[in-house]
Amino acid sequence: MLALEFSRSIPSYLLMRAAGGRAEVATSDLSLLHLGDVDVPELPGPGWRQVRPLVSGVCGSDLAALTGHASFYLEPLTSYPFIPGHELSGRLEDGTRVVVQPVLGCAVRGIEPPCRFCAEGRIGLCLNVTEGPIDVGLQTGYCAGTGGGWGELLVAHESQLYEVPEALSDEAAMLTEPLACSIHAALRGAATKDDVVLVAGAGAIGLLTVAAVKLYTPPRQLICIAKYPHQAELARSLGADLVVAPAQAYQRVRFATGARRLEGIERDVLLGGADITFEATGNAGSLSDAVRLTRGGGRVVAVGMPGEAKVDWAPIWQRELEVTGAYAYGVEKSTGKRTFEMALEASASLNLDRLVGPLFPLTEYKEAIAYALAAGRMSAVRVAFDLRGLSDG
Amino acid sequence: MARPGAVIEVDRNTPPTLFHYGEGFRLERLPLGSRIVYPPDPIDPIGHPERAIRRALSNPLEDDPLKELLRPGMKLTIAFDDLSLPLPPMAAPDVRGLVIEEVVDAAARAGVEDVELIAAISLHRKMTADEIRHIVGDRVFTTFWPDRLYNHDAEDPSQNVLIGRTNQGEEVWLNRRASESDLVVYVNLTLVPMDGGHKSLATGLGCYRSVKAHHTVDTLLQSRSYMHPPDSALHASCVRQGELIEDAVRVFHIETSVNNHSFPAVANFLQKRETDWTTGDQAAFFALKQVTDLAPPDVKRAAFHSMLAPYGMTGVNAGQVDKVHDKTLENVRRQMMVPVEGQTDIVTLGVPYLGPYNVNSIMNPVLVVCTGLGYLFNLYKNKPVVREGGVVIIEHPCRYEFNAVHHPSYVDFYDEVLADTTDPHEIESRYEKRFAEDAWYRQMYQQSHAYHGVHPFYAWYWAAFTLQHCGDVIVVGGDRATVHRLGFKSATTLEDALEMAEQTVGRWPSITHLRTPPLMLCEVD
Repeated sequence: MLALEFSRSIPSYLLMRAAGGRAEVATSDLSLLHLGDVDVPELPGPGWRQVRPLVSGVCGSDLAALTGHASFYLEPLTSYPFIPGHELSGRLEDGTRVVVQPVLGCAVRGIEPPCRFCAEGRIGLCLNVTEGPIDVGLQTGYCAGTGGGWGELLVAHESQLYEVPEALSDEAAMLTEPLACSIHAALRGAATKDDVVLVAGAGAIGLLTVAAVKLYTPPRQLICIAKYPHQAELARSLGADLVVAPAQAYQRVRFATGARRLEGIERDVLLGGADITFEATGNAGSLSDAVRLTRGGGRVVAVGMPGEAKVDWAPIWQRELEVTGAYAYGVEKSTGKRTFEMALEASASLNLDRLVGPLFPLTEYKEAIAYALAAGRMSAVRVAFDLRGLSDG
Repeated sequence: MARPGAVIEVDRNTPPTLFHYGEGFRLERLPLGSRIVYPPDPIDPIGHPERAIRRALSNPLEDDPLKELLRPGMKLTIAFDDLSLPLPPMAAPDVRGLVIEEVVDAAARAGVEDVELIAAISLHRKMTADEIRHIVGDRVFTTFWPDRLYNHDAEDPSQNVLIGRTNQGEEVWLNRRASESDLVVYVNLTLVPMDGGHKSLATGLGCYRSVKAHHTVDTLLQSRSYMHPPDSALHASCVRQGELIEDAVRVFHIETSVNNHSFPAVANFLQKRETDWTTGDQAAFFALKQVTDLAPPDVKRAAFHSMLAPYGMTGVNAGQVDKVHDKTLENVRRQMMVPVEGQTDIVTLGVPYLGPYNVNSIMNPVLVVCTGLGYLFNLYKNKPVVREGGVVIIEHPCRYEFNAVHHPSYVDFYDEVLADTTDPHEIESRYEKRFAEDAWYRQMYQQSHAYHGVHPFYAWYWAAFTLQHCGDVIVVGGDRATVHRLGFKSATTLEDALEMAEQTVGRWPSITHLRTPPLMLCEVD
């Protein structure tokens, strides 16, 4: 089958890292990613199904892996070679349209009894991601044995599959996974109606976090930091009360929160600030700003996938900030529902198609990666592969 | 004798007209038949200012000579106007410094030891040491700074006292040191008729609670104009407050006036009518135009703000406030007044690099409105030069740029308030209190060099009458997004602007260009 395969190569990885995310290097012959004919993944056991991807997104974490910016922390939690693509809509052999919840937890791996986290519904924290009939991997798209969304076919356990409502397009359905991440983050942030909430970043995760916060934990004021005009417009339409440019973040958050602003050497300092900040870029600079834009005793939720970053911990220490990660999804304690189900429900009213595009065929993966790396400047939010031609074939 | 101001009609022989354009200039060809109003030439200054000052202190108007008010053991406070005038700042020696030296010397001769000098900044930014030194002179600065020469602090509760309320219920607050003094000497410099009189003390040493009594949208809308105090509700309120202060504190007023010699020799052509430009003037203009067209704003700003004006003192009077101020206004009008026959459909004016609130700073977009529509537009007596429903066309780059130290609340005013509404009443009712009480602005005002948090509101209110009176405001050569945020229309050229204006005032409009600065006061029939 046709697929893009990601191989493990330390020299290539270092080269990609040294190139600083340049698209022509990340998609060159020395790239970690290659298009080719690969074996169809085998069904690991009973309860597993074949899924033909329809639309599969190019996520920031995929780009980080391709450009050598992913954290080494994830390396032992990944098996190679793998086919990337963990946010996708697909179709089963019987024609049912589905989305795949990619986390490879105890249920997927057939581990009984499940680990304590999976038992609680916190499958993202599964302790058994190295066990069972499939290879090591946190998610489909980072596991050698399951295939991924950037190939003609993948395998998924029944517990991973969610049927897509008829009204939802393939494109919007593809965003179920990042939307679920954002809903999980919003619920971890747990804003109240008295809070000022800041979402730093307006890529796909930032925008979906804006939507999730507005839907599930509506605060007194929801501020979004957006770099590009199309991001600002989308942030407003998804529920942001105020959208500010990165260069104005300290000024506008200060005003919104009635804080005091002190001039700093590298960055300013707010005495006061947002009650809760969602950092949705994973960028070191943005993280450093986030901990300074959040009031003492406030909460910073890392939603965007961070790499190894230099962040000044002094504000975290001095402000007694609660810094927390928000990874993946599962069963949300506050609602008792599966996050994916909540995301599919929420998608109905969010008109998420507008966040997806342009679409590329797999054969134009170099253009797709280049476009995704420049998505903001190119007025795109989520670049994706269109595999429907392959499915029809 | 100085040549009076004039109204010139544009004909085929009229050279292109100079428009100030921020830190630059534009030459425009006005349509035939347009009028250009030129300010009078600088009137002759007093030959010996020090002697005139001494004479004024010895022969005050309806008051005792200063030396008779001074005695050993007394508490003397000298308050003086800040750097918001004159514009541009005066080349040394500043007349305020000359007056203060005479007062300090008189106090020393009388054996007065408890002397303090206070810059009456009101809600303006605190001046730097160098800025104060420039006003008071080296000798006074060296002797008194910083313990006995300092800026007024309108936000220090321990340093301001409530004097009382006027019969209209206006609160009157005063600097504590001034209120506890045996004598307050106020040293003023009046540049335009709006300045001086009771406004000096009531505002300069007041605080937000007293200033807000008259710095309101309604008060300014009821002032026709505030450049003509008898017709100004704002000044009426200041008079009520000032009279209450005079009842509580013994005040000796000294007011000075200067001529309109606003530009140094290097830019003297700005002082002249274009028809009077010599070959040298034309060359100087051409060179300056090339430089200002090419140089980055910061460089231009630094150069322009280093220009000091060679004003000459035209009057100095001391004594009882009303009598003194009447004399001062006579002198100011003598310099500024230009008779203008009838109103016009369109007024054009260029907004220069400098207004009262951006000395050594940036003229941000809110200050462009304040300077152009608040001050320059309102330099009239009787009625505005433009008819009701007419159009004002101003020229300024209107860049989105702010001085973060001087104007922190202006940035927020632009980004938060003007993004919501430009209506002065709505702005006043919905936002003023929040800005006035913001802890960070207060801190920046008290501990740094920031204008008070409420100040951008006042800057906007100054333009309230113009916004109400005019059918349209068009900005030529301004940043489009910024101009739209201000609520105005944007045009690339003056020709475009005039065409746009015709949609409001009709075909073949009458046009009047106010060729200012130097400042002038149009007396409109």
